[in-house]
Amino acid sequence: MIETFGSPSQATYWFIQGRILFLVLHFLGVACFAYIVAKRMIPLMRAERDFRFDHPWTRLGRVLQFWLGQWRHPRYRTAGTIHILIFAGFIVLVMRAFFVLSLGTSSSSAMPGLPGRAGHIYGIIQAYAATVVFLCMIVAAVRRLVFKPARYAVPSRYGKAHTADAIFLLGLIAILMAADSLFEASRAAAQAQQGREVEFLAVLSLPWIFKAALTAAPLPVLSTLYLGAYLIHDLAFFFLLCYRPFGIQFHVETSLFSIYFAKLNRGTIKPVRWGVPDAQLDQVKSFGVKTFEDFTWKHMLDFYSCADCGRCSDNCPANAVGRPLSPRFITTKARDYCFTHYPVLGSANNGTPLIGGIYSEDEIWSCTTCGACEAECPLLVEYIDKIVDLRRGMVDDGKVPQSLQKPLKALESRGNPYGKMEKKRAEWVKAKEFQQTCSVKVLNGKQDTDTLYFVDSITSYDDRIQAIGRATAKILSSTGENFGILGASEKDSGHDVRRFGEETLFMALRDQNVEAIKASGVKRIVTADPHAFNALKHDYRDVPPVEHISQVIAREVKAGKIKLNPVENENDVYAYHDPCYLGRHNQVYDDPRDVLDAIPGLKRVEMTRSRDRSFCCGGGGLALFYEPKEDQRMGVKRVQMAVEAGANVIVTACPFCMVNMEDAIKVAGMEGKMTAIDLAELVERQMVREEPPERRLQAELPAPLGRL
Amino acid sequence: MEILVCARRVPDTSENEIELNAAGNDIERDDLVYSINEPDNYAVEEALQIVERAGGNVTVATVGGEDDEEILRREMAMGAKNGVLISDDAFSGSDGKGIATILKAFVEKNHFDLILTGVQAEDAGAQVGGMLAAMLDYPFASLVNAIEVLDGGKLKISREIEGGNKEMNEIDLPCVLSIQTGINEPRYVGMRGIRQVASVPIPTLGAADLGVEGAVGGAAAKVKRVDYFAPPLGKGAEMLGGSREEIIDKLIEMLKAKGGLK
Amino acid sequence: MPRIFAYIVHKGGVPDDSAAELPAAAKKIDAAQSPTAVVTGWGADLDAACETLRASYGEVWKIANEGLAYPNAELVRKALVKVLPQGSVLLLPHAHFGVDLSPGLSIKMNAAFVSDVLDIEGAEGMSLKLVRQEFGGQVSTHVRCDISSGAVINIRPGAFKPLEGAPAGGVLVDKSSAAGELTARRRYLETVAAEAGAVDITKYKVLVSVGRGIEEADNVPLAQDLADALGGAVSCSRPVVDAKWMEKSRQVGSSGQTVKPKVYMACGISGSFQHLAGIKGNPFMVAINKNPKAPIFRVADVGIVDDILEFFPELTSKIREN
Repeated sequence: MIETFGSPSQATYWFIQGRILFLVLHFLGVACFAYIVAKRMIPLMRAERDFRFDHPWTRLGRVLQFWLGQWRHPRYRTAGTIHILIFAGFIVLVMRAFFVLSLGTSSSSAMPGLPGRAGHIYGIIQAYAATVVFLCMIVAAVRRLVFKPARYAVPSRYGKAHTADAIFLLGLIAILMAADSLFEASRAAAQAQQGREVEFLAVLSLPWIFKAALTAAPLPVLSTLYLGAYLIHDLAFFFLLCYRPFGIQFHVETSLFSIYFAKLNRGTIKPVRWGVPDAQLDQVKSFGVKTFEDFTWKHMLDFYSCADCGRCSDNCPANAVGRPLSPRFITTKARDYCFTHYPVLGSANNGTPLIGGIYSEDEIWSCTTCGACEAECPLLVEYIDKIVDLRRGMVDDGKVPQSLQKPLKALESRGNPYGKMEKKRAEWVKAKEFQQTCSVKVLNGKQDTDTLYFVDSITSYDDRIQAIGRATAKILSSTGENFGILGASEKDSGHDVRRFGEETLFMALRDQNVEAIKASGVKRIVTADPHAFNALKHDYRDVPPVEHISQVIAREVKAGKIKLNPVENENDVYAYHDPCYLGRHNQVYDDPRDVLDAIPGLKRVEMTRSRDRSFCCGGGGLALFYEPKEDQRMGVKRVQMAVEAGANVIVTACPFCMVNMEDAIKVAGMEGKMTAIDLAELVERQMVREEPPERRLQAELPAPLGRL
Repeated sequence: MEILVCARRVPDTSENEIELNAAGNDIERDDLVYSINEPDNYAVEEALQIVERAGGNVTVATVGGEDDEEILRREMAMGAKNGVLISDDAFSGSDGKGIATILKAFVEKNHFDLILTGVQAEDAGAQVGGMLAAMLDYPFASLVNAIEVLDGGKLKISREIEGGNKEMNEIDLPCVLSIQTGINEPRYVGMRGIRQVASVPIPTLGAADLGVEGAVGGAAAKVKRVDYFAPPLGKGAEMLGGSREEIIDKLIEMLKAKGGLK
Repeated sequence: MPRIFAYIVHKGGVPDDSAAELPAAAKKIDAAQSPTAVVTGWGADLDAACETLRASYGEVWKIANEGLAYPNAELVRKALVKVLPQGSVLLLPHAHFGVDLSPGLSIKMNAAFVSDVLDIEGAEGMSLKLVRQEFGGQVSTHVRCDISSGAVINIRPGAFKPLEGAPAGGVLVDKSSAAGELTARRRYLETVAAEAGAVDITKYKVLVSVGRGIEEADNVPLAQDLADALGGAVSCSRPVVDAKWMEKSRQVGSSGQTVKPKVYMACGISGSFQHLAGIKGNPFMVAINKNPKAPIFRVADVGIVDDILEFFPELTSKIREN
């Protein structure tokens, strides 16, 4: 080879002129990549439609926040920092890569780059970027091989570990950085030896270090290194480009799109079929996802975009208690299925059923739709819609566990999952002592009431939970609210009927409720049930605005309309448990805390897992009927977390959380050491009243521990 | 295999409180919800599983009135090919033998390899299956909790007997079996499924269509329900009252006395 | 009045408890007659059973046939049709054999059939007034049965108390030849015994029995704790087995085990007769149920209206304290 430190395009590589070699290489590389991507797009063409082209500015804003801003990454500090550095490095290096690659095909020998000062500054930045990326590769590899974070582990039923693939990719990127740096360094070393002007290399950057090592190397060696590094860089670049769509690294290309097209309206479930209104659903032959092609293109894009980071499963309560569900593998199994059935080389072969194939029925029924996975994923991969769609498919085929069939039949015939009579839905207001001090109006279509208290099924029918209803009613009365309940004409909100895949039944319940709500003429709705809250807010249309009772109480306390007495027992330590459908799904984190903090003398601690990292109690609605295979109850784990935080009282603001917490306290043998109380019950107990204290009804509320 | 399942619509008793009505001559039916008798549902599921393995069709029939059509539609949504409502004023008031006579006429107008009924209904006498078999001269087995189709027009069946034991029998087709709950896990059918079969016609057959021989209807019934009444309380249990603590103390005393405590 | 017969179910040469109960029922149909026992079977077992019956029945009809060594209802029916006189009234226990035999038999005998009878209030001519239950025992009904051309009546086991002072020295009549050749299109193969569970509930003197009220498998340990404190075992009713919360071997009832404990705690159990049929020996029965109207309270000795999930832990800890 001629000793040249100009453009590799002028050099000769094994009798081929550089320019031609690289032109061919680049062309092949790009063509290969284009072909692979085209093949990867085929299943998306066959997928169900998904309407994701609305609100372009909002979507762009989210791209800035989550893609460019790497917003979710710092939630895992170490890995997050490493990734932010790598990502920033890649962004910086895009231009550098372009310059380096074009050098191989250009007819001139001048190194392309930014002009003048800008070029200088960029030269420094990109050198450090490459160095940082290179170092991150080493750190990442060490993490994988030595420290082995638990969330990367692959349970045996899902196959082999992914470590080899991870190391391979880290190695390739490291090679890419090293090759580029070596390319630069060898030329700089040659320039120094030849007495030419040495281009400035950022101090302690990788190229700088290589140059320092190569200062004394003979020119022919440097030339070989120079041209060799360039070739390796080129090969590595295009190999990576074409390799990425075969694994988790595809997220480098697809993440921009998965974030841009991510779901905007959290809280509700996708329609059975986009573009098909409810009235026409009878004509849809098959509901839900049964084969791979039933997924929408965005869901398939999600499968491509998963980076296998394991953060979702790390936060999944079902996974934590040993249920057969691990969200990470829902995605990777689907992706592997897609790669197998829609190969780059070869023809596509059509769908086999997913349930009974890559997924088991129990796996899909195990989800409580808590949303922890979605809150965690840096790529905004969606899970709940997919699980619901898979459930819709199973419901359509009649594959519903027997334990769920009974409450579903009861919901169909009686409007509540217990099968109790409609006329008894408002019996809770007639509890003798309660009725004497608080009368609750049952709305009957006379349109003379402002506010509807939507009670929902568990609060209406469950002996223990009725106390939450009564406490809520007393609070609303005390603030002079003109409110009423629907009584027998109220049906279950259907929130979990929908999330368990029974869309038709959900629509029937929803339509009946909407009719009753409209007939009542109310202008706003209040509920103490976060599932009902979420349904009325997001699943229902054309209903008045809805609030959760914690929001009402917070407002009234701040306005001074509710005054709270100091706690009886100053030794009690309270921990607030964020219900999934109040907290994570609707971002109501502070109102309940403000209320608790307004109670004089109340000691409150935060559990490690709080706010959007709260740990699901076990699920509500139909989840209470499902019998999962698990090592432990979610509620028991949560109670243990409260103990770890130093609390002896768990406060929650959801009837289902209450059932699960009280159950867990019993099962864990913690009676006497831990109590659970609902926020409304606590406020009602502490509320300063106009009447003399003797009339306070203490009998039905769980006594604070100080009295035991 | 052509399979007939004889079904019955009954009040849903799981959470319904069955009480006497004000007049004291019937149960209070105002707030009741009805559904297919649970063992009959298991029978339909079993029939569907048999034809899924061995080919054929499932027909579900009921003797009743318009209101009873809903259970036929539900079972057709589950997968039964045909639903038949057998209805005629002349049939009303029939006892078990009358209903079996009516069903015999229906069976003779068709060809069925296997006839299934539920083992019993909440408000009936666990008899129609056995009677129908005797009238048709088909072999019969009750309390069936497993069915295996054998070659040569035979079935191997298991009957539930005491102690959780299983009585294994071989039975020739055509035969009649009464099915016990728990034989399988019935598939789910919801509103959507029913809507999908909403327009499938369900024929109604009357006395003339069937050419029923033998006496049916109230006049011919040898067994007639006369009234409903609240079961006599008898001595009943001594109900313990007071706070839970007091109850527990009393109970422990009693257990000690009766040798229940060491 | 037609002649009354009592079909005797026996196993291993020993007649069922119903053998002592059926004569009480027969007396209520016709106080003037004692029923004739009808026994089918083969060999030494049949002979032993007949001998025992002679001590309590005035007349015992024996039908011995090799095909009847195992009581195959299809064959038994054919034998009875040939042996029993037209227009007879035949009483059987309402259990898994009676349910299998009686409906078809009534057709072949052209007789009326009533199942699961709890009481017989008398006869007006050829019309019997009987008591049955519906809806799991929530309501009772009176039923009239025309016995002018005979009847087959299944009597609920345990509904009739055995009579005092049975007529002894019963006459044994061999009717085997009248039965003749017997064939049927249903053939008995074998009996598969239920899998033995880890715990044999029939061996315990104290049983804490749970029903639907236990609500889920995870709550069973609460019952186990109580059983441990009492030195007993946990048993259950059928719905608990159907829901797979406990094994079949724990089930007490007509399709489960028969138990004879000293103390039986029926917790969250409604009290269906199929369950109660498995409890013998008149134990001290404590019923705990959320529903004050649960039928179990009619048969228990002591009743407590409470939620077993709350009651159990408190009772257990109180017992441990003592």
